[in-house]
Amino acid sequence: MSDTILELSAAAAAAAIAAGDLDPAELFACYRERAAADPLNAFLWVAPPGPPAGLTEPTAGEAATPLAPVPLAVKDLFCTQGVPSQSASKILEGYRPPYSATVVARLGLPLLGKTNQDEFAMGSSNENSAFGPVANPWDRGRVPGGSSGGSAAAVAGGLAPWALGTDTGGSIRQPAAFCGIVGLKPTYGAVSRYGMIAFASSLDQAGPLTRDVTDAALLFSQMVGADPRDATCVAFPDRIGRPTATDLAGVRLGIPSDLLEAVDGLDPAVKANFDATVALAGSLGAEIVEVSLPHAEHALSAYYIIAPAEASANLARFDGVRYGLRLGGEQDLLSMYTRTRGEGFGPEVKRRIMLGTYALASGYYDAYYGTAQKVRTRISEDFTAAFGQVDLIVTPTAPTVAFGLGAVADPLAMYLNDFYTVPMSLAGIPAISIPSGLCDGLPVGFQLAGPAFSEARLLEAAHALEQAIGFDGAPARAGGTA
Amino acid sequence: MPDYVPTIGLEIHVQLATATKMFCGCALSFGDPANVHCCPTCLGLPGALPVTNAQAIEYAIAIGLALGCEIAPVSQFHRKNYFYPDNPKAYQISQYDVPIAAHGRLGDVRIHRAHVEEDAAKLIHAGAGSGRIHDARRSIVDFNRAGTPLVEIVTEPDVHSPEQAREWLTLLRETIRALGVSDVDMSQGSLRCDANVSVAPTGATALGTKTELKNMNSFAFLERGVRAEIARQIARLEAGETITQETLHYDVATGELRSLRSKEEAHDYRYFPEPDLPLLRVSADQVAAVRAALPELPADKALRLSATYGLAPERAHELAFNGPLGTFFEAAVAAADGVDPVAIANWLPALIERVGSDIDPAATPVTPAAFAALVGLVGTKTISRDAGRTVLDRLVSDGGEPAAIVAAEGLGAIAAADGELDAVVAAAIAADPDAAAKVAAGNAKAMGPLVGYVMRETRGRADGAEVGRLIRAQLGL
Amino acid sequence: MLSRHEVDHVAALARLALTDAEAERMAVELSSILEHIDRIRALDLDGVAPTAHVSDATAPLRPDVPVPSLPREALLAAAPEVADGGFGVPSPGASAQ
Ligand SMILES: [Mg+2]
Ligand SMILES: [Zn+2]
Repeated sequence: MSDTILELSAAAAAAAIAAGDLDPAELFACYRERAAADPLNAFLWVAPPGPPAGLTEPTAGEAATPLAPVPLAVKDLFCTQGVPSQSASKILEGYRPPYSATVVARLGLPLLGKTNQDEFAMGSSNENSAFGPVANPWDRGRVPGGSSGGSAAAVAGGLAPWALGTDTGGSIRQPAAFCGIVGLKPTYGAVSRYGMIAFASSLDQAGPLTRDVTDAALLFSQMVGADPRDATCVAFPDRIGRPTATDLAGVRLGIPSDLLEAVDGLDPAVKANFDATVALAGSLGAEIVEVSLPHAEHALSAYYIIAPAEASANLARFDGVRYGLRLGGEQDLLSMYTRTRGEGFGPEVKRRIMLGTYALASGYYDAYYGTAQKVRTRISEDFTAAFGQVDLIVTPTAPTVAFGLGAVADPLAMYLNDFYTVPMSLAGIPAISIPSGLCDGLPVGFQLAGPAFSEARLLEAAHALEQAIGFDGAPARAGGTA
Repeated sequence: MPDYVPTIGLEIHVQLATATKMFCGCALSFGDPANVHCCPTCLGLPGALPVTNAQAIEYAIAIGLALGCEIAPVSQFHRKNYFYPDNPKAYQISQYDVPIAAHGRLGDVRIHRAHVEEDAAKLIHAGAGSGRIHDARRSIVDFNRAGTPLVEIVTEPDVHSPEQAREWLTLLRETIRALGVSDVDMSQGSLRCDANVSVAPTGATALGTKTELKNMNSFAFLERGVRAEIARQIARLEAGETITQETLHYDVATGELRSLRSKEEAHDYRYFPEPDLPLLRVSADQVAAVRAALPELPADKALRLSATYGLAPERAHELAFNGPLGTFFEAAVAAADGVDPVAIANWLPALIERVGSDIDPAATPVTPAAFAALVGLVGTKTISRDAGRTVLDRLVSDGGEPAAIVAAEGLGAIAAADGELDAVVAAAIAADPDAAAKVAAGNAKAMGPLVGYVMRETRGRADGAEVGRLIRAQLGL
Repeated sequence: MLSRHEVDHVAALARLALTDAEAERMAVELSSILEHIDRIRALDLDGVAPTAHVSDATAPLRPDVPVPSLPREALLAAAPEVADGGFGVPSPGASAQ
């Protein structure tokens, strides 16, 4: 039975439960066992045996969703009441928050486990976790991408039916691409951030990591909606239904050639896969239009000012006073602060705190933070102009396929992974990555982006392409079996 | 020896009397056990977010309007970054380049700006009165106060003496008290004042180096602290020394000014727009609605009381600056038929003396009508002043109507015509021939014992002036 | 190129204790990142408004109605040092003995 269960998509499992053909307890037990065995280091905490605890008691006023109880893997940085929520950092090791994130409570799904990630979501390879790197289920010598690497690996490896991740500059889309699954970064403001341990507040969004587009639509449909606890979260204008499109007739797809050519490290095989996917879209009826995003090539620079600046403030609360690690507390206050933070944060987190502090410091603000904010304005304007001509814009999700563990040592080279995903983050618009085939046995991701709150259209287009591509993710699930 | 002109700017923090905190739904409270009014947001737990309190914004608009400020249609919050144990997120959500209110004036002092922000937690040190911790190297943090809404008001440097500082702060306090948006109690910390002080030789065009004075938690301490700092700066300049820009703590016990330990490094607050809060927009309609609901402010009320009722400026000021007393006064004037408002105002101190200055007279058994009637009885000499005080005692303790009290207690004035008083005066002269002789010899001071005898005998019902006239008459003067 | 002195200053602002080796490496890495970033400073951005929030939304306001706070035990459960119902810290004024 377990093999059959594993073959079910989350939506199919939900339907089977609803029809009385699948026992939710059996489904939970099946995945719990696989997650507990975890050959990928994808999980930092797995639910204990037995029926799932009612972790996600919906907070007052929030009805549990009508979703059938398909177990959910949740990125470590979502607060889950009484369950470790550490953002994969030593500074929060063992921290069990007294409340749950809105999106987790709202979904009300059985919590399968908390997934590994880059520390405080800072990274593109999941090598920055304080609890060790995650292996890519397609090739355990390679990274799963990051920062939602544990969630992506768990779904791709068949350790979880679906998962929640967060995306600040590509942290859902890039690991989805590296792991051969679907990852949706919603419009900024579509999903509540309350209870998500913040990285960069003006960019962070929670989104689904799933086996297919239908699962993404189903999970996303239950995540959206205004939250009285998050002032940046607004009511979603559409109802997200099950996507049904099988062609792209009448859809104008924009190809931002200037952006594609601007990066040095675009792998020719990835480029070839991208071109083939665009051609496939054309054969499905899409009109292919060249568009220009003249400032998008500067998105990475703006991003690496804005995100660290916000992070430097967001991570200042880890001071050893109220929760988490404390070192030097028996000494003076300054020693407590500097030792707790100096030893509690990993190298990449410290690098970004330093970068952000520098960018905001007296004398540098205008040159860095102020300039980056203006570039952000330009990038948004570029997208607005482009969406006057086309419905969606497409790019490769990442310039390469998954690379080897430890293969990218230079921080700047690592940042280039996000070259195609960061512009959408800065503009606050939705983007989805779907698997578009394999290069040398490793998945390649295809990114589609649309105007703010166009998720319904985006999911329909992704669905049509997905059907035509017919990507098979089974090898990863087989490989993920210990 | 040149004379010096002090220049003083004030920075005032006002705690708003909302039901909940600035950015979360925790109740405001005072004097509760530590850390019982905290949630993920005000404790700065990972993942928590702020949501702005509508009432706090309305109160801030009211303060801005009362201070004659322009209200910004669009303003935003910033993060002010600094590490301190009482600052849970290590940043304070405050306003920076666009405050909600700016460019105002109250009395003779211009207002630079007024902005909304959140208060810090309370740090409790060893030996700080609580007796709760004993190791001088440890402190404890109580986050109940963290996130309390504040309005910070910054004046232009328009104050030039310690007395003016105190008087103006009093005007500010009463203005805000009239709005009903804060307790504005310095002893409780709901009104806090720092002062920037500099001195410059008379005639100098540039201001001197300023110092910042903290911790002046009463009006008297503000005046004394500023006076001490002005004297200190002048003494230094006279001695040929310079003034260092620093923050000083005024020790109210010793009167000393102590430099606060300099921070580990110069302040660099790294302000940047708060990404968790979209822009704060205030519509013209909302401003108009708050403006329409503004009560009469003390400065305006003093002018009106003086003009309408002919009160002396000091008395009008006193009534205008004590809202409940002023209201009681006007109610009494309205209830009285033909009683002189000045006389009513002049009797109010006697009432305050009996009920206490903190008590709203409306909350005592004395009704404005009864009070006015009492003043009227004295005015028509139906009862004497002394008897009036006795009646007021009864009103304060039991309430009731003055006329009924006078009748029941036989306090009516003894009329000169009915002969009763003549007999008592004769008895007084007979009882104290020495005094009578002195009065007869022209010593007016000797009248006292004779009048006192009459008052005792009549239980204060006699009119003092009438008694004097009768004594002189009987002595043939 | 970020100087070692600047690195130390920024680390002090951020309350991060860095070892000598970390600070040296930080100077090199941050310099290389900033060199890449510096290209945006050459863009013509005159008259461009800065974007602090991607949407032009207006902050929703919350009614001033109290909601229950968290139980104190739940808050203090995570505290590294608890004293008398509060969070214990080294006194700001005091230095180590
Ligand atoms: Mg302030
Ligand atoms: Zn709270």
